[in-house]
Amino acid sequence: MSPAGDPGPLDVRIALKRVKSAAGQEVEILANLAFRLEPGEVGALLGPSGCGKSTCLRIVAGLDDLFEGAVERPAGPLAMVFQEPRLLPWRSVEDNIRLAAPLIGAADLEALLKPLGLAEHRAHFPGELSLGLARRVALARAFAVRPSLLLLDEPLVSLDGPLALALERELAAFVAERSVTTVLVTHDVGEVIRLADHIFVLSSRPARVIGEIRVERPRERMNADEARSIEARIQELRTLP
Amino acid sequence: MRLFSLGALGALWIVAAHFGDPRRLPGPVAVFAAMEKAAASGELFAAMAITMARVAAAFTLAMALGSALGYAMGRRALVDRLADPWIVVLLNLPALVIIVLLYIWAGLNETAAIAAVALNKLPNATVTIREGARALDPALDDMSRVFAFGPWKRLRHVVLPQLAPYIAAATRSGLSLVWKIVLVVELLGRPNGVGFEINEAFQLFDVALLLAYALPFTGAMLIVEALVVQPFERRVSRWRPRPA
Repeated sequence: MSPAGDPGPLDVRIALKRVKSAAGQEVEILANLAFRLEPGEVGALLGPSGCGKSTCLRIVAGLDDLFEGAVERPAGPLAMVFQEPRLLPWRSVEDNIRLAAPLIGAADLEALLKPLGLAEHRAHFPGELSLGLARRVALARAFAVRPSLLLLDEPLVSLDGPLALALERELAAFVAERSVTTVLVTHDVGEVIRLADHIFVLSSRPARVIGEIRVERPRERMNADEARSIEARIQELRTLP
Repeated sequence: MRLFSLGALGALWIVAAHFGDPRRLPGPVAVFAAMEKAAASGELFAAMAITMARVAAAFTLAMALGSALGYAMGRRALVDRLADPWIVVLLNLPALVIIVLLYIWAGLNETAAIAAVALNKLPNATVTIREGARALDPALDDMSRVFAFGPWKRLRHVVLPQLAPYIAAATRSGLSLVWKIVLVVELLGRPNGVGFEINEAFQLFDVALLLAYALPFTGAMLIVEALVVQPFERRVSRWRPRPA
């Protein structure tokens, strides 16, 4: 029994997830994939591309019910940042955020938009924004709902280096400040080391967790040696038969 | 350019009327005189108002039912399989057959008239909206589910903006179809309206009177298109980046 005000853990146990391929064959995407995060922890699913990370995240989000197993989510709102920004092109930046978070006040919205550099873009339509800006709007939308569970599907993919780093810092700050349970899916080892408390290394298809690495907090003070040693352990796990 | 094209049509009319039989094709002067007479007696406006009301009722009915059915068919494969043969039959049933059958079954009354027109337009709206519903973006669906959009919010902010071009297309083709069929329905079984007056003119072989009713009505429908349909289209597409 979790105490009052505690949203509870995220507990994912996927025994089997199959999909039908275009040729009509059943393909196993995920098999015995299980992980657990306590409230406020940041978990990263790290795996080769095409291993089923996004499928797993869709199941965690409750968008896909056709699997064997169970997912227990923290109580409270859910937010997700998809691989593409997925904004409503016919609504302004501000409306996109307000539609997801109808209760957000003017001051909170301002405080959210400013550090992301979106303050002067609130009346723009998503089609008028660069990809980097649109991704920031998607992040702002996710933050605005004050989620108890935040799902990030390669949120920084295809952004250039400095911009990706800047957004990564915003992301780390938000997650630390609100202590929101977060699942990050990526194939970028560096991103994982800088953001996650738990790293779950996934096998290739059908994906399962082949190793779990705990990253000691606080991450900001991690030195290069520690980072290298984590990277080495990830490499080691990946080369296991 | 459009005005020039319209002017050329008018000039052709004048020339044809000048060299032709004035009883078969009266010139603009004769038609305007007939129009003035009909307008002065109030009959022209009464007939137009009645016909417009029928157009509005049948159009609204057909668009509402057709959109709902088309959406359901585009989203649910089972509904599509069940309803599709009906739609195909309705699409290929001549308008006249539907009108006559409804007049026989329901009697020569207003309900039968409006139902007949709506039924003629319905399959057309349905297949257009069905295409739109099939093209709805599943990625935005996922987004609205993750952020817990309610049904109304989803409809208004996610679904309808995606369907807007299809709704506009169905409106355009629908309006012209509906008003043409309304005239036939009036001609066959209503004691008033523009269609009835045209039938009278036909019986009297009065082409000037016929045109006096047909032209203002066509003009009125063009104005509806320019003042309602086009602004709607502009409004729903204002978010699209325009080429500079």
